[in-house]
Amino acid sequence: MTENGDATPLVRLEDVNKHFGNLHVLKDIQLTVDRGEVLVVIGPSGGGKSTLCRTINRLETIDSGTIVFDGEPLPAEGKALARLRSEVGMVFQSFNLFAHKTILENVTLGPIKVRGKARADAERRGMELLERVGIATQAEKYPAQLSGGQQQRTAIARALAMDPKMILFDEPTSALDPEMVQEVLDVMVGLARDGMTMVVVTHEMGFARRAANRVVFMADGQIVEENTPEEFFTNARTDRAKDFLSKILTH
Amino acid sequence: MDELIEYGPYLWEGFQVNLGLSAVCAVLSLVLGTILVSMRVSPTPVLRAAGTAYVNIVRNTPLTLILAFSALGLSDQIGLVFSEEPSTNGFWLVVMGLSAYTACFVCEALRSGINTVPFGQAEAARAIGLTFSQSLRMIILPQAFRAVISPLGSVMIAMIKNTTVAIAAGYLADVAFKMKDTFDTTGVSIPIFIGIALAFMAVILPIGLFTGWLAKRLAVAR
Repeated sequence: MTENGDATPLVRLEDVNKHFGNLHVLKDIQLTVDRGEVLVVIGPSGGGKSTLCRTINRLETIDSGTIVFDGEPLPAEGKALARLRSEVGMVFQSFNLFAHKTILENVTLGPIKVRGKARADAERRGMELLERVGIATQAEKYPAQLSGGQQQRTAIARALAMDPKMILFDEPTSALDPEMVQEVLDVMVGLARDGMTMVVVTHEMGFARRAANRVVFMADGQIVEENTPEEFFTNARTDRAKDFLSKILTH
Repeated sequence: MDELIEYGPYLWEGFQVNLGLSAVCAVLSLVLGTILVSMRVSPTPVLRAAGTAYVNIVRNTPLTLILAFSALGLSDQIGLVFSEEPSTNGFWLVVMGLSAYTACFVCEALRSGINTVPFGQAEAARAIGLTFSQSLRMIILPQAFRAVISPLGSVMIAMIKNTTVAIAAGYLADVAFKMKDTFDTTGVSIPIFIGIALAFMAVILPIGLFTGWLAKRLAVAR
């Protein structure tokens, strides 16, 4: 079912635990992400969703347990960790574009400096990606000159430029004005259709229904429920999930 | 006024020494200050500790003491000699002491500049696979420099004026020494005071204006 016919999951988390001081933010997490799968992580604030997402490229370290990416345990540090991160794209809530670089430079920096691509090749590919996310005309501008939606689409192009094996989305639309949410979600739905492996922390039900293969509901540092999107939103199994959904679906 | 004209060429010679010291120290202190700040924000505890210790020790020691130590301690006692020619040796001892001292202030200015760069950008840099030193070099420091151009200008201005204590290293060539030397022979002269002050202002005022202009021009829009 995947391009290389490999049936092993791309990511596997086993017994992952993490504390912030006294706060136990990840409790015995077991989770796999298959190749080509779109996994939506949903749940109340402070439930550990973002932390879970960030452990996968080790922006957060873990206290115990193992995380295996593409058959290899996550490297702890150094060059090996940098190489792993170059294969896992990340899109942040606050975009985090490099403010002193143009939109095109933001997209080409990784390919040139990390992958060692020639500038001309990186720029050609960068323009293709900017075209794909609909902001090719803004290539020479700086991040502060763009709207939030455009900045987030740039961030997606920046992640794609590394030809990642998967992309992590940490609440990609939470910092956007309402009218800009859709343009970002549309790009993400397109990626999902093209078979990109994605872990998406989000509250966007519409996206989950349209694009997700699976929904994981997290609360209090635990995975409370795993389900298909349709089942989860219409017929959640756990009371905790029902309670959460009743709060966000009623208005 | 006559003294100023009579001793003008002699004093000018000294002032050129101050300019030379300033130029070399500017380059060295910026380089050393950048290295120090890289140490201070590095993930390696040993480097961080070394950078912090250096800055706290050198920054809190009077410059005259540092220069005297360079000449008497490092050169005379330990035998650090840059040149057999005493005046050249003196020049480089002052350069070393003053650069070592000024680098601390460069480091601290840059460190406050690093604090203006949102943490998320460092995370984004790591997330695309840049190593710590790459993200420091390509993402963090370029923005930090732009944020602190004006304060760095002030550090450079202080450094230029600090060249007048070169005498503390036993280096008898700069304009402050030559002024004192002149006063010893002719008596104190107000025009000479004013002439030297004006010479410094002529160099320093443009630096303030230039760095102010540059800071505006290179400001990173957020």
